[in-house]
Amino acid sequence: MNYHSPASFAEASRIAADASGITRFLAGGTDVLVQLRADIVTPDTLIDIKKIPGTGAITRNADGSWTLGVAVPGAELGEHAGLVADWPGVVEAMNLVGSTQVQGRATLTGNLCNGSPAADSVPAMVAASMTATVTGPNGDRTVAVRDIPTGPGKTSLAKGELVSALHIPPRGENAGDAYLRFIPRSEMDIAVVGCAVNLRLDGDTVVEARVSLGAVAPTVLLVEDAAAAIIGSTLDDAALDRLAAAASAACKPINDKRGTIEFRTEVAGVLAKRVARIAYARAKGEIIKGHHG
Amino acid sequence: MALDDLKTKDFAFVGTRPNRPDGLDKVTGRAKFGADAYAPGMLHGAILRSPHAHARILRIDTSKAEALKDVKAVVTRADFSDKVEFAPGLEGEFWNVLENVMAGDKALYDGHAVAAVAATSALAARDALKLIEVEYEILPHVTDVDKAMLADAPVIREGAADYSVPAGMHPNVVRMHESGHGDVAAGFAEADLVIEDHFTTEATHQGYIEPHACLATLGMDGKGELWCCTQGHWIVQKTCAALLGIETANLRVTASEIGGGFGGKTTVFIEPVALALSRKANKPVKLVMSRSEVFRATGPTASASMDIKIGMKKDGTLTAAEGIFRLQGGAFPGGPAEFTAMCAFAPYSLSNVRQVGYDVMTNRPKQAAYRAPGSPMAAFAVESVIDELCNQLGLDPIEVRLKNASREGTKASYGPRFQQIGLVQTLEAAKAHPHLSAPLKPGQGRGISCGFWFNHGGETSVSLALSEDGSAQVMVGTPDIGGSRASMALMAAEVLGIPYENIRVTIADTATLGYNDVSHGSRVTYASGLATIKAARHAVEKLCERAAKKWGIPVDAVKWENGCAVPSGPNAGDFDPLPLADITANMGQTGGPISGHFEATPEGAGVSFATHIVDAEVDPETGKTRVVRYTVIQDAGKAIHPTYVEGQYQGGAAQGIGWALNEEYIYGEDGRLQNSVFLDYRIPVASDLPMIDTVIVEVPNPGHPFGVRGVGETSICPPLAAIANAVSAAAGVRMRNLPMSPPRILSALKADG
Ligand SMILES: Cc1cc2nc3c(=O)[nH]c(=O)nc-3n(C[C@H](O)[C@H](O)[C@H](O)COP(=O)(O)OP(=O)(O)OC[C@H]3O[C@@H](n4cnc5c(N)ncnc54)[C@H](O)[C@@H]3O)c2cc1C
Repeated sequence: MNYHSPASFAEASRIAADASGITRFLAGGTDVLVQLRADIVTPDTLIDIKKIPGTGAITRNADGSWTLGVAVPGAELGEHAGLVADWPGVVEAMNLVGSTQVQGRATLTGNLCNGSPAADSVPAMVAASMTATVTGPNGDRTVAVRDIPTGPGKTSLAKGELVSALHIPPRGENAGDAYLRFIPRSEMDIAVVGCAVNLRLDGDTVVEARVSLGAVAPTVLLVEDAAAAIIGSTLDDAALDRLAAAASAACKPINDKRGTIEFRTEVAGVLAKRVARIAYARAKGEIIKGHHG
Repeated sequence: MALDDLKTKDFAFVGTRPNRPDGLDKVTGRAKFGADAYAPGMLHGAILRSPHAHARILRIDTSKAEALKDVKAVVTRADFSDKVEFAPGLEGEFWNVLENVMAGDKALYDGHAVAAVAATSALAARDALKLIEVEYEILPHVTDVDKAMLADAPVIREGAADYSVPAGMHPNVVRMHESGHGDVAAGFAEADLVIEDHFTTEATHQGYIEPHACLATLGMDGKGELWCCTQGHWIVQKTCAALLGIETANLRVTASEIGGGFGGKTTVFIEPVALALSRKANKPVKLVMSRSEVFRATGPTASASMDIKIGMKKDGTLTAAEGIFRLQGGAFPGGPAEFTAMCAFAPYSLSNVRQVGYDVMTNRPKQAAYRAPGSPMAAFAVESVIDELCNQLGLDPIEVRLKNASREGTKASYGPRFQQIGLVQTLEAAKAHPHLSAPLKPGQGRGISCGFWFNHGGETSVSLALSEDGSAQVMVGTPDIGGSRASMALMAAEVLGIPYENIRVTIADTATLGYNDVSHGSRVTYASGLATIKAARHAVEKLCERAAKKWGIPVDAVKWENGCAVPSGPNAGDFDPLPLADITANMGQTGGPISGHFEATPEGAGVSFATHIVDAEVDPETGKTRVVRYTVIQDAGKAIHPTYVEGQYQGGAAQGIGWALNEEYIYGEDGRLQNSVFLDYRIPVASDLPMIDTVIVEVPNPGHPFGVRGVGETSICPPLAAIANAVSAAAGVRMRNLPMSPPRILSALKADG
């Protein structure tokens, strides 16, 4: 195994492009090192991106959008008051990952690029319309976060490509986001279902919404029917029931050790309602602390 | 058998709560556990495991692994003794253990060891495994207990059934137990309501934090040293010696500190393999299991399929009870079917009772003991039916249990008459406890259950040696799995009359003390405690002799009081009390070193009962359960160190919560274990548990000098049932299958409409 710690993304890209065998980027390492030790994946090339300047930065841009360095750990997101105020759903989703120890290392980028259908932060990033800058042999391109995972353990990144920054759009007025996951325990578990809602209000009425689901299909789902079910409503019971039905209808889950098809389908709808209520309350200016499960 | 010198009150040390002697080492990381041993020139071992649930091993080619420079030895079954003989049932237990630690002709479960390597690093050993070629012929497999009994089930091993199994049963049924008394048919006829129901529980793992680890040295001269994490090093010594074909005394085994065992470390898994590797490589070999290996290849508890039928009169009187218990114990005999059957109805005084247990083999790892092996599942089934009878007849669950409770003199469902027991006292304490009358919130339900365990005595040796300065060292042979060194020191202090801090208790190795049975059966505070008291009394006799000699009076004119020899009465003479340290100061000149010893197999362990009260809350939309309040009430006989008694109560309840709600061995269609890591084997995390309240009831056990009953196991008997009764009440549907995971509860709610 060869270990590299390049000083720029261009160099990181070059090393990855030239490498043969299995390549892994080392962000927090909470997937990479665990898989290495468990003899699941032993990379031939390991490229540590934490020495690249700027990878630890959280920046609020002039237009109110945010740029996140690819090595920012979950704990730092959670301690950034401005980011928490703007995007509590994205932050709470990332903060659900692992334990205090894991939070000190684990990153949004790693969670995304590991390609797990159950990754907690990914539905929240998708609901928030986040994008990524991808650096490759031909320079930079901007990609929707939603388009990066393509299946369990797979991404759309080509050989030599890596994520060099994450972007969150400006929050704007009267808007809120939230994420909940279902796990049988209270923490230290993998989502059986995850759901994120991001919405904007005009008065009491929902005028924009994005609803996404995790762990119910090979990749994160952006459920447009579920968003349509609440747009134009005041999130009354009928709208919530339509939301739940649309969320359940979108599920394409599997039976596995973590849950059954029926269970995941049913609970996706239950979570969608609960998450939408939190996002709605946040859009109204209520402060609601992160939830666990 | 009652002891004539039972002491039950006026204790000076017993019943206090000093810090445990191993506490500082454990909180500073200084304590040495299984994987903390190193030796010069040490190699690292790794074990190749079958990926198949059931397969004939046609060929093993180790040549590529052996060719590696870093590899110093490769072993297969051929490297173990060929003198260990197969026998049916548990008669051939050494053969069963050998077959389990290294497969013979067949791999019997996913994870079964087939070869092992010793290399210069752990990584090199792991990589070398990948070069070992094994050719398998895959055979049909079965992992479910009911399916394993069907006529067309694949046969795990012909001839494994013992004499107890009636002709015509499937060869996978290897042992049968039947007991009871009265006429159950007549009893059911007397009942106003009879409920008959079916229950299942899944296999669960003890989930000890410390994976199995050992460091083994076995020379060409047949002499060996073994350091390992175990609940009992004499059984390790005896078993390893047999499996390696050496004399028992030539193998010295030292028990490390232990990061949990709960019954799972009462046998061997990797130790004989490390010894075989060491013998072949002529170097020390360290072997440490990964968590995944622990799940796949150590000993989870048995899974169970149970039919229960109980009759009750309108006034709550039980008229008859019958149970059939099928226990799945993996690919070997030993599923605790007889214990399940015998414990099932033990809390109740029944005129008509019958219980049948079947020990059934499947393609799963060889089960091991897990806290009161077999009893928790029985309680789950039986106490669920009693709860349902109470519900349907509109009766109070505590009053019904009190009405039918076993008491002193009751003929137990499994045969003998109970001596002095404390079930009624635990029920009375439950009745009086504020928990029982606390209001419940909507969505919550309350459940109660009783539980029973036999407890055990077992072979025990203790030595106690006094030092010149008047301090004492106690050598016991039962690894300290629950604070027992503190309890031994308290009991020795009580007899000797010297401070707790002046007594050091050591877990002696197999070369320095007589044989000791394993730390199991809740026996340590009972049996090693009894032996410690007797050894201390033995030393006191000698101290009194020295005083008598000094004073020139007969020894029976001297007695021992508060750490001093004193004349036994005014007629004995007028001498100042002679403190222990004054006698030991010159013991070399007055007759030599003073020690006390005791060796025996004490048989008065004293059975134990508990009653648990649980409040659970069920989310009707997701089926998720939260245990919101928990109270354990249990008879300890006498709590020597109450904090560690409470720890046992809480630990049993915590493990029971996991077993009841989310823990399970999940097998795929391919017979492979799906969830061999803690991520997916859902043991409770700290935030899943409420504070677990405890009430210690003390009904002295006449079989122990201070009245002790074991407490380690009974605490896991009631939880499955108490939680199931609480969840069933909260959800409004009877939950008959464990674990009561959210998908299971949600589908039960849906089916109920
Ligand atoms: C105890 C424990 C608990 C966990 N609990 C959860 C949980 O609750 N929810 C959850 O979703 N996950 C959980 N995880 C998984 C893991 O912590 C997360 O997926 C985490 O976000 C990964 O981030 P990382 O920075 O550690 O990634 P790394 O391990 O460094 O990398 C992960 C993957 O991303 C790739 N990668 C990293 N950086 C880049 C880049 N810049 N460009 C392209 N690819 C890149 C790597 O090649 C690798 O494939 C848990 C892990 C552990 C050990």
